[in-house]
Amino acid sequence: MAKAQKLVQWEPHNIKEQLLEKYPPKVARKRASQIMINEALSNTTPEIVANVRTIPGIITMRGCTYAGCKGVIMGPASDIVNLVHGPIGCSFYAWLTRRNQSDAINDTNANYINYCMSTDMQDSDIIFGGEKKLAAAIQEAYDLFHPKAIAVFATCPVGLIGDDIHAVAKKMKEQFGDCNVFAFSCEGYKGVSQSAGHHIANNQVFTHVVGKSETEKTDKYKINLLGEYNIGGDGFEIDRILERCGIKNISTFSGNATYDKFASANQADLSCVMCHRSINYVADMLETKYGIPWIKVNFIGAEATAKSLRKIAQYFGEQALIDLVEKVITEEMPEVLAVQQEVYPRTNGKTAMLFLGGSRAHHYQELFKEMGIKTLSAGYEFGHRDDYEGRQVIPTLKVDADSRNIEEIEVEADPLLYRPRKTVEELAALAADGLAFKDYEGLNPNMDKNALIIDDLNQYEAEKLVELMKPDLFCAGIKEKYSIQKLGVPMKQLHSYDSGGPYAGFKGAINFYREIDRLVNSRVWSYMKAPWQENPELSATYVWE
Amino acid sequence: MRKVAIYGKGGIGKSTTTQNTVAGLAEMGRKVMVVGCDPKADSTRLLLGGMSQKSVLDTLREEGEDVELENIRKLGYGGTWAVESGGPEPGVGCAGRGIITSINMLESLGAYEEKEGLDYAFYDVLGDVVCGGFAMPIRDGKAEEIYIVCSGEMMAMYAANNICKGIMKYAQSGSVRLGGLICNSRNVDNEKEMIEELAKKIGTQMIYFVPRDNDVQRAEINRKTVIEWNPQAPQADEYRGLAKAIDKNKMFVVPKPLAIEELEQLLLDFGLLAA
Repeated sequence: MAKAQKLVQWEPHNIKEQLLEKYPPKVARKRASQIMINEALSNTTPEIVANVRTIPGIITMRGCTYAGCKGVIMGPASDIVNLVHGPIGCSFYAWLTRRNQSDAINDTNANYINYCMSTDMQDSDIIFGGEKKLAAAIQEAYDLFHPKAIAVFATCPVGLIGDDIHAVAKKMKEQFGDCNVFAFSCEGYKGVSQSAGHHIANNQVFTHVVGKSETEKTDKYKINLLGEYNIGGDGFEIDRILERCGIKNISTFSGNATYDKFASANQADLSCVMCHRSINYVADMLETKYGIPWIKVNFIGAEATAKSLRKIAQYFGEQALIDLVEKVITEEMPEVLAVQQEVYPRTNGKTAMLFLGGSRAHHYQELFKEMGIKTLSAGYEFGHRDDYEGRQVIPTLKVDADSRNIEEIEVEADPLLYRPRKTVEELAALAADGLAFKDYEGLNPNMDKNALIIDDLNQYEAEKLVELMKPDLFCAGIKEKYSIQKLGVPMKQLHSYDSGGPYAGFKGAINFYREIDRLVNSRVWSYMKAPWQENPELSATYVWE
Repeated sequence: MRKVAIYGKGGIGKSTTTQNTVAGLAEMGRKVMVVGCDPKADSTRLLLGGMSQKSVLDTLREEGEDVELENIRKLGYGGTWAVESGGPEPGVGCAGRGIITSINMLESLGAYEEKEGLDYAFYDVLGDVVCGGFAMPIRDGKAEEIYIVCSGEMMAMYAANNICKGIMKYAQSGSVRLGGLICNSRNVDNEKEMIEELAKKIGTQMIYFVPRDNDVQRAEINRKTVIEWNPQAPQADEYRGLAKAIDKNKMFVVPKPLAIEELEQLLLDFGLLAA
């Protein structure tokens, strides 16, 4: 794919047609409902089909429920023993692969992230049941580490043979007395994607951990940061900025989290939601049970960061905070703008595609906009319709057998701890001033008209898209990385950031500008063909030719 | 060596029928190995004179990988080999997986090899076909002929028909065939005629009609097969008859299971006939 061929003219309907061309009629029909040509820039966006089963035979980008629960939500906590009940592979391949960072350095938030803990089920455990082995493993973990909590994760075979992991957890918890033990029925096959695992994790953390802290948080401006996983140190950068502004993030779900941080989430005065998909359940439950309102924020992109800080300041409403936030923004921005202006001439006009989780495909478009890079196509691996179309569609979401399979927990106002942080009038006044509570407008309204929005993209369609639209950059995960690079297009992992990061906040934006500049302007991609393939020194024909 | 699996509804008398029949075959001079595929491990009690058998899975669990054939099989009545697969307590683990493991273990230990001089291997399988594990004996040519124990009771016939579906599935890809229905009488009206008709519709035969006789229970109390307990008892001759019928059987078919409506109609026809 040499540079000379890069002037591509395309028409979205034609691209969609070509993506579907090779499919059998039924598959094509189903995929067609998940591929949308963006029309709307408002709340009247047409429906997209999302959060439905992947068609068997399609090589999906999705992960499993266990990955969503253990890998994403619970994995980043540094002082909870994460014990996987199952054959060793499920634990081994989830070991330190997500690049969620932690600054745990001493015994108080002792770093268990470095460990890979599993019950290592064998054939005989499958046959005779693994409950005894699980209880022994919990005991062993307790004896070794004396942790504050032990979390147990079910893998597929555990669900098949019916080990009662919750009963084992409860028994061990009672036996220990000073260690919270709880379990997650997050068998990989539950639900259609890792999204089910997020929901299961949300429910259990909320039920077993939140509200259990005995330390009182006394800071003036206390927030929770929900759905931020500290990949490549993103959370460190966000916390640095918040601290400069005098805002105390008492609990991140779940980047650099600790048991006590989870447990004290009920003490915050505002929940800020980063990744809407993976954590909105907790945000809703915190509001219902403890009276903490939530807003959607985004710390990916310098402008988005500034906007999010202003939203938080607006919520607390005190002039001193508002002034300090402005001061911090004013001090941070020049360095960002300097780098932005440096790379802009080289990145402006380039094109990108983003196929990521449940919010990164949306958030990172901010950074690309700041660099003048146009997003041609984007979509989520495991998003639901509300992540595309906005939260207003939630009442109309179809509840199918797959979503019914995931427990919905009923939460009501806590008789002791419920305390509305703002009166109804105060909230209404803030809303009138443009602070949207409990709202997420979704991906679609933020994308250009005629951009292709594709849910649950797969390997075949990814390669086809690259072939047809020839973007300058493709962003997805490790499974996609090398197949895309082989097509001669630079690929940036935005799940794990390859080896880079942080990309959040102001300093993160600078890192990102430089990284993307390096990627899209590298000449290495023009050397995809070996010299002898283009200009052979020798040529010959076969005898039969 | 002929490889036979006995299936049927739970409680229909598979283990009792299998062991009494095997006693008949042993009396005829046949060398038989019985493999119990029930987690309760009670399929060889009558041949061994009690539940003295240590199961394959228990042995495997205690001895690790270092298991000898002699650890897991025991000599029973008339020189028959008795093996119990075993399995988990009710409500835990996976009994199906257990059967797969234990049959593989028997194979790798050479229990079926030529030098063992076996004429028959009998698999006595738990209840209905419920999962892949319980279908193990009919997969991969492990058992080649199946006999289904049933009676004229509705649920037993349902189960028999259902098992035929399992056999049909594996017959298409392997060598497993249905050898016939064994009617273990419950003294239902028109029982013999009804099972004969059912067998005909499925495309097989009722290979034997075993009448109901309390001598079977008397022998069981004494932990013996009828033939061993009282060789002169009329019921002993019935089991000799069944053993002979199986020994001579040449009719092996791919069954054609009935639709539920057909089965219902069959019950209705024969039930009404009696009324």
